[in-house]
This record gives sequence, C-alpha cells and structure tokens, in this order.
Amino acid sequence: MDRVPLERKVLNENDRLAAELRARFKEHGVLCLNIISSPGSGKTTLLERTLASLPRHDRVAVLTGDIQTKNDANRLKRFNFPVKQITTGGTCHLDARMVDKHLADWKLEDLDLLFIENVGNLVCPSSYDLGEAAKIVVLSVTEGEDKPLKYPSIFFKSDLLILSKIDLLPYVPFDMNAAAENARKVHPGMEIVKVSCQTGNGLHEWMTWLESRRTANKPLAEATVS
Amino acid sequence: MHEMGIANSVLHAVRIEMTRYPEKYPCKVCVRIGEMTAIDQDALRFCFEAMIQDTDLVTLELAVEFCPRRHRCQSCSHEFLVHDYDSRCPQCLSFETKCISGDELELAYLEVEEYGPSTVGAKSTERE
Repeated sequence: MDRVPLERKVLNENDRLAAELRARFKEHGVLCLNIISSPGSGKTTLLERTLASLPRHDRVAVLTGDIQTKNDANRLKRFNFPVKQITTGGTCHLDARMVDKHLADWKLEDLDLLFIENVGNLVCPSSYDLGEAAKIVVLSVTEGEDKPLKYPSIFFKSDLLILSKIDLLPYVPFDMNAAAENARKVHPGMEIVKVSCQTGNGLHEWMTWLESRRTANKPLAEATVS
Repeated sequence: MHEMGIANSVLHAVRIEMTRYPEKYPCKVCVRIGEMTAIDQDALRFCFEAMIQDTDLVTLELAVEFCPRRHRCQSCSHEFLVHDYDSRCPQCLSFETKCISGDELELAYLEVEEYGPSTVGAKSTERE
C-alpha cells in the first residue's frame, strides 16, 4: 500500500476558474461583489435601490442567480444596466463556471462594477469562489439575530454584513446589538451597515461603502489622474 | 446540499491522480474539512457512497480529517483553538487574532494498492 500526498483544494477546478476570473476583473479594473443571503432577505430589492441611485452612464452590470424563473433579471433590467439571469435549474449556489459562461458576451473593459446576486442560500454559496473581490452577506431583521452563529461560514467569509428591512424593527423581536455582536464573534472586525430599502434609511451608508470599494479598486494611475 | 458537488470533485481528482498509477487501484482518499466550511460530513459520505455505487471505485474508502478553527495572536503569537466563537487570545487577552486553520476543503492523500490475487473491486474482477 502506498500513500500519495495530494495536498490541493477539493474544488480545484472551480478555484482555478475563479482565479482566472479574478485576474480578468483585475486587468480590466472591475470590482466584482458576490451578494449572498437566505431567500427573501432583500438582495434583489437592495440591488434595485442601488441601481436606481447610480448615474445612467455608470459602468455597472448584474448577474443574478436563481433556481428557476427570470423574475429577478426582469426586475433589475428596468434600470437600463446590463443584467443577465443565471438559472441554475436546481443547483443551490453559483459556481465560477456559470459566471464565466454568462460573462461571455459582455466586454469587461466596458465595466467598473459587477454585482453577482447569488442563489438564496446561506450555506452552499460560501464554498464557491466566483472570483469576487468581496462577499457581502445580507441578513433581514425578520430572520433572527442568531443567524451568524447558526450559519457561521458565510459570515466568516464576507467582508460586509448588511442588516436589511430595519423599518420592520418595531414589529419583530430582533436585537440589533446582539446580531452585530454575533456577527463579530464569528468574524472579528466585520463591517456592518443597517438599511431599509422601503424608507431609504441607511442606503447612504451602503452607497458610501460601495464607493470606497470602487475607489480602492481603481488602478493607481487612474486614481491619481482623477 | 452542495456535498454532491464536493463528492463529485473528490472522485474526479481521484480519477485524474490514478492515471499516474495504471498498475494500481485506489483504496482510500482523505479529505481535510475545516470547521468553518459548512460541509456536512454525513451528507458528504452519503453522496460519496451513492456516487461510487456500481462503478470501478466501489471499494474506495473516504477518510475525513476534521480541522477545528485555530487562531494566532497578533500580539504574542500564541496559537489556540477557538471555542464558542471566542477568538480572544487566552494568553494575553488581545482581540487582535488571526484565523490560521478551519477553512480547509482539501485533498490530503490517496492510498493506492497494486492489483493482486486478493484484490477486491470491479476493475480487478475484469482482469481475472
């Protein structure tokens, strides 16, 4: 019996493709953000509000994933930015191959910002690198403040936590401080933004975060010129 | 339920590795799984067993090496296991600690055996 050391990632093929995507995003100065949450936490609504507040000439595109239907793409197309639906047909997460395939007829040099709205799921998307610069996790106040402890992986791997639907706080027993504390137990120093897409509360903080990431992502030369 | 995809990737890697050992067959593959990866070991085993049924890999055993979450203190370099999400350094009480393990989803090793008279498995049966 011989033991052969393998010492490589299980998702080697996905990671290889994700690394290729990341290199392409970097080459063209595209900031790619992978947005993840349970179904119904408000990813699409957040994107609607985000796209609505961006200037028409902004170089932004969205890939949106679901198991079935093109509903989300139809909602997001109203803002006249390029939007494409990834229908997985049953797969509970997006992988790098799906992203690569759906990017095929877009020119990355025409983009600065790419949102990927993952399939609603707090577990599986955490294992699949899509070549993004950062993962963002959305948690709505109707879900319970212990979600970060129950589903630690995605909170551990996300740069930003967006606590959504804060307009519902008067009607639900959600402890905002405990939610933030739980998220930071799993991910010390995690950035947190609280928003309501209905009232617009907190959207400014989210847009500020986004803008700071976009600025940081611009190539050094370009940043000095502008 | 992404364990099916994970199991598929493990088996794919085994098949690729085995092309280097045409005179041998794989007995055991070991996967390293970190505490923070959201991989359910039982579900992974279930998928793995289901996928090797009626294939030449039916005798392949899956071993899992679990990797708990470990942090290293940025101040005093102490390394420690994180229990109940408490990532504060137990030695110097600093909050500035960094995760060094717990995020693994890796293939550790593969055990291969020469085909022989006592070999059990679909491939060896073909040879007899």
